[in-house]
Amino acid sequence: MIPPAFDYTRPTSLDEAVRTLADAGEEAKVLAGGQSLLPLLRLRLAFPELVVDVGRIPGLRGVREDGDMLAIGALTTHHDVVHDPLVRRHAGLLAQATETVADPAVRHRGTLGGSLAHADPAGDLPAVVLALDAELVAVGPGGRRTIPARDFFTDYLQTTLAPDELLVEVRVPKREGWGFRYEKFHRVAQSWAMVGVAALVRRDDGHIAEARIGLTNMGATPLRASASEEALAGAGDAEAVARAAREAAEGTRPSRDASASPEYRAHLARVLTKRAVLAATGTG
Amino acid sequence: MTHISVTVDGTAYEDEVEPRLLLVHYLRDRLGLTGTPIGCDTSNCGTCTVELDGASVKSCTVLAVQADGCEVTTVQGLARDGEWTPLQRAFHERHALQCGYCTPGMIMAARDLLRENPHPGSDEVRKALEGNLCRCTGYQNIVRAVLAAAEEASASERHSAQEVTA
Amino acid sequence: MTDQAVEPEVGRARLRKEDARLITGQTNWTDNISVTGLLHLAFLRSPMAHARIERVDVSPALERPGVVAAFTGRDLAEGLGSLPCGWPVTEDMVLPDHPPLALDEVRHAGDPVAVVVARDRYAAADALEAIEVDYEPLPPVLDLEEALAEGAPLVHADKGTNRAYVWPLRTGEDYESVRQRADVVIRRRYRQQRLIPNAMEPRAVAVAPLAASGEYTMYSTTQIPHILRIMLSVVTGVPEHKLRVIAPDVGGGFGSKLQVYGEEAVALAIARKLGRPVKWTESRSEGYLATHHGRGMIQDIELAATREGRLLGLKVDLLADMGAYLMLVTPGIPILGAFMYPAIYKMDAYEFNCTGVFTTRTPTDAYRGAGRPEATYAIERAMDELAAEVGLDPVEVRRRNWIRHEEFPYTTIAGLTYDSGDYEAATGKALALFGYDDLRAEQRERDERGDAVRLGIGVSTYTEMCGLAPSRVLRDLRYSAGGWEAASIRMLPTGKVEVVTGTSPHGQGHVTSWSQIASEVLGVPFEDIEVLHGDTQAAPQGMDTYGSRSLVVGGSAVHRAAEKVVEKARRVAAHLLEASEDDLEFKGGVFSVKGSPEARRTIQEVAFETFTSHDVPEGMEPTLNSEYLLDPENFSYPHGTHLCAVEVDTETGQTRIRSYVCVDDVGRVVNPMIVEGQVHGGLAQGIAQALYEEAVYDAEGNLVSGTMADYLVPSAADLPEFVTDRTETPAASNPLGVKGVGEAGTIASTPAVVNAVVDALRPLGVHDVRMPCTPERVWEAVRSARPGQKETPA
Repeated sequence: MIPPAFDYTRPTSLDEAVRTLADAGEEAKVLAGGQSLLPLLRLRLAFPELVVDVGRIPGLRGVREDGDMLAIGALTTHHDVVHDPLVRRHAGLLAQATETVADPAVRHRGTLGGSLAHADPAGDLPAVVLALDAELVAVGPGGRRTIPARDFFTDYLQTTLAPDELLVEVRVPKREGWGFRYEKFHRVAQSWAMVGVAALVRRDDGHIAEARIGLTNMGATPLRASASEEALAGAGDAEAVARAAREAAEGTRPSRDASASPEYRAHLARVLTKRAVLAATGTG
Repeated sequence: MTHISVTVDGTAYEDEVEPRLLLVHYLRDRLGLTGTPIGCDTSNCGTCTVELDGASVKSCTVLAVQADGCEVTTVQGLARDGEWTPLQRAFHERHALQCGYCTPGMIMAARDLLRENPHPGSDEVRKALEGNLCRCTGYQNIVRAVLAAAEEASASERHSAQEVTA
Repeated sequence: MTDQAVEPEVGRARLRKEDARLITGQTNWTDNISVTGLLHLAFLRSPMAHARIERVDVSPALERPGVVAAFTGRDLAEGLGSLPCGWPVTEDMVLPDHPPLALDEVRHAGDPVAVVVARDRYAAADALEAIEVDYEPLPPVLDLEEALAEGAPLVHADKGTNRAYVWPLRTGEDYESVRQRADVVIRRRYRQQRLIPNAMEPRAVAVAPLAASGEYTMYSTTQIPHILRIMLSVVTGVPEHKLRVIAPDVGGGFGSKLQVYGEEAVALAIARKLGRPVKWTESRSEGYLATHHGRGMIQDIELAATREGRLLGLKVDLLADMGAYLMLVTPGIPILGAFMYPAIYKMDAYEFNCTGVFTTRTPTDAYRGAGRPEATYAIERAMDELAAEVGLDPVEVRRRNWIRHEEFPYTTIAGLTYDSGDYEAATGKALALFGYDDLRAEQRERDERGDAVRLGIGVSTYTEMCGLAPSRVLRDLRYSAGGWEAASIRMLPTGKVEVVTGTSPHGQGHVTSWSQIASEVLGVPFEDIEVLHGDTQAAPQGMDTYGSRSLVVGGSAVHRAAEKVVEKARRVAAHLLEASEDDLEFKGGVFSVKGSPEARRTIQEVAFETFTSHDVPEGMEPTLNSEYLLDPENFSYPHGTHLCAVEVDTETGQTRIRSYVCVDDVGRVVNPMIVEGQVHGGLAQGIAQALYEEAVYDAEGNLVSGTMADYLVPSAADLPEFVTDRTETPAASNPLGVKGVGEAGTIASTPAVVNAVVDALRPLGVHDVRMPCTPERVWEAVRSARPGQKETPA
């Protein structure tokens, strides 16, 4: 199918981009890699008057260390995230989950910032940044602000980003020594996660000291499995993990669609949480 | 209309295009490069896969304006002086195509894999082709062809290494 | 020249002649067609499953930039008849009108209501949004049983019923009395979900008119250029001899391009009206609504058997979803299956009833296998249930019932005469390759261990009928065409050969295989042969490609035509060598006189002599050409045994295929490489039905799985490595001994996979999982099962 007509601009600086977005208001759409926006345009599910292509704004791509954080430019492609040595070393969960996004060609174009700003709860990365306790840095006419991942996703395809704000960086705490696992459940390799579980586990003396669990596609936004996280503290064996995982669907509101019922999604969240945590502790 | 300059299969083009024009339509309808076909409207089938600055992309999910200043390689730009690439030869020799509609995309996706992983196992090949659908072959001969091309490439590497040391 | 020991052409894994263009992008897909002044069509389609059209106003679209014209159904009604149904299966079949553009009512989501003609495809797409349509919603008709109930809303109100036809078949003894004496009766309901064929090339059509002479050239993504030409001339009134249909490179069909589509008729009508060339290309999601679907049946199957597991009788009641209209062979698809439910088994009674039902969904029609996969699925699933009921191994229950190899030719209860086969051989080979006994041992061990990932083993011993069919049989089935195929051969003055075939390949490699057949008979090098096809001007006669008929009928016709060339060449060679025809030997393309090998003429030399015609036998026509129209004597009956091992994760419901082995008997093999490829592709589609694919509609009749992101066509990452092998029992009914291979993999694999899934779960009390066996359905089946339970409620 064929996208509807739109005007197009390609700002060469962040300032210009923000000014353009501020001028255009609600009628503009930000284009980064385009891997979420273009399918929407082609199916004529979006009709922006102006597309602001931020893809070539300098300085928004790449990964650097910043103290005990990793700073990942919003325009860093999925492909580059997967292969980046810093990400692999300090945020292995993000690399592992990003490798399950779509397919290699899409990962060449799609960007981390684009995926997060799109805020599809079935996307893999929102739950991952939630589990990682990442911070998202946005720039708008009023300057920069840092938004904790837990405050960023507000509803289905909705974030706290204002129409004239641009996501520029994702800051991820380094989590050395944490075990991790992204368990994605989908029917064919290419399809969206029916449910995904992103688990981070810190172990101490043979027990789980702390667990952080993000859930993909268990509600209108990515969610934390807080009840399981609490129950996992102190878990010392597979049995205890399994018990804690039974609470993974507490407080979630999974949807019903052609691929799964809410009950089944809840069940999957429990099974996958168990598996992800066991794998993250190296016992799975 | 937006002005773009793009190099496709070694030829430089300057054009005025509508911003919404998809790269694949630019290739097919404007440049007449119909070797890259279209198979879906949701970025799932991969038949339109080309290389943009050396990395595989789905040309139905890239705007022509996004390719401004870039280099595009399509299946039509692979053979040199009628000489097929090892992947093209392997697809022929292993019967990796039937109707051939997915073939350009498969070859471009396989090139991308072999560039990053010159010695893949069959599971890695299958994983790398997850974004390219074929309805004829059941994929088995495509996987065989990619493995064969990888094998051929490493054999010729070994061969030239021997020549150097000899 | 000396005789060389050359490998026989037939049976050789020749690399394909088709590939060079396809791997370099020098292709000729219909959407590539571009001519000066080409206009683009776009169709506005109903967003509703069922509605009355109160008003359509295309005039706002005309205001849009680049728009040349726009038409409603009414605007084009004159000179555009109803789309044809070529298979009225019963005398009293209900045949509704099927206007190419809807007139008063839309009857499925995607039914076209208007068309825009514009200077480029972008302008055409934009203009659709300006068209105004008022719909008065009507109730959708979706459930097959409810559709037949008294007072149900009607798809075609003027017909007074949603029942398209009832087609019965009763053979052998009276089923009811056979059932009375049975020890065991197995009754099951199976559902064939709707499938979307998904040929990788979306449909397209382009028409170039020549106004001065009233001639039209149509390029179409069709499997059937010849049938299309005839039918479109009837629908549009363009005289048949003024219409040339070309099927250029066609990117797969699987039955979905065995159709006469409304867009083809409309494109022709608009080209005639405007005198301008036009083109239309569907998008994938548009095609999901507009290109016919496959399957879509509810199957009630009943087996009556002895407690030793011997079949006595079989009863099948089908409800077949026709969709909104009867298209080219819609009603006949389930009827093709009627003959296949008895499969390879012997029994005393058979009763079959099929009811065709209209619904407000996209019409169904042929999809790879067409009726035969459905039949094979039901019988092979039910045979496993019988095995479980009487406590036999599933392979053993089949062995007790199948036709033994010494019993061929064998006339089945359904009235077909199977000419050849060896089920014992294929099964034995498959079991050995699969490691059946070891896998059963592992299965027991894992079951005892209580492994949450359960191993399941599925078998399917199938046969099918290909090469449809002797024309007289088709008459008896009320099919509107014959079953013959045409081939002609031209030996050119320079010794090269043109083979003209009436088959219309779209991925099957006919150019290569037909070259091999001609090369073997003529003794002309493979490379010196070209095959012309898919153009009603270049290949004027033919019945096209579907139903695994091409090699069996079309390839055999090429063989016969080549023999005719050799016969004529022999007369010329005898004349030139001043010898009697009986004294000539013909080998490797050379005629020589027995006993004096120096007296020889190559067939190429003979071709040149017939070209000059300076010195040929008195009264002989010049040139070395021939034509052969072959009407097959019988169907052909490929068969085989497929074995599948799956691992089912009972926690998540996920199924993973661990190994897949098949041994097929497709008769003599022309090109083993191509045959293997056909099997691979067939397996992928059959497995996809078992595990992944389904056209899902919601309660309003919207197609929920409306894009390729929602309809799960499996990728390389989702499918296993297949182990394929063959036995070779030549067919007796054609000169090549071939049986057809295009559909075998699809027919056999679906029940093998589902049998494996059910086998994995049977000890838990699961007796069926509805297709596709999604993780959730498997999980539900496990959750609701009770060990020892005999039946899963449907």
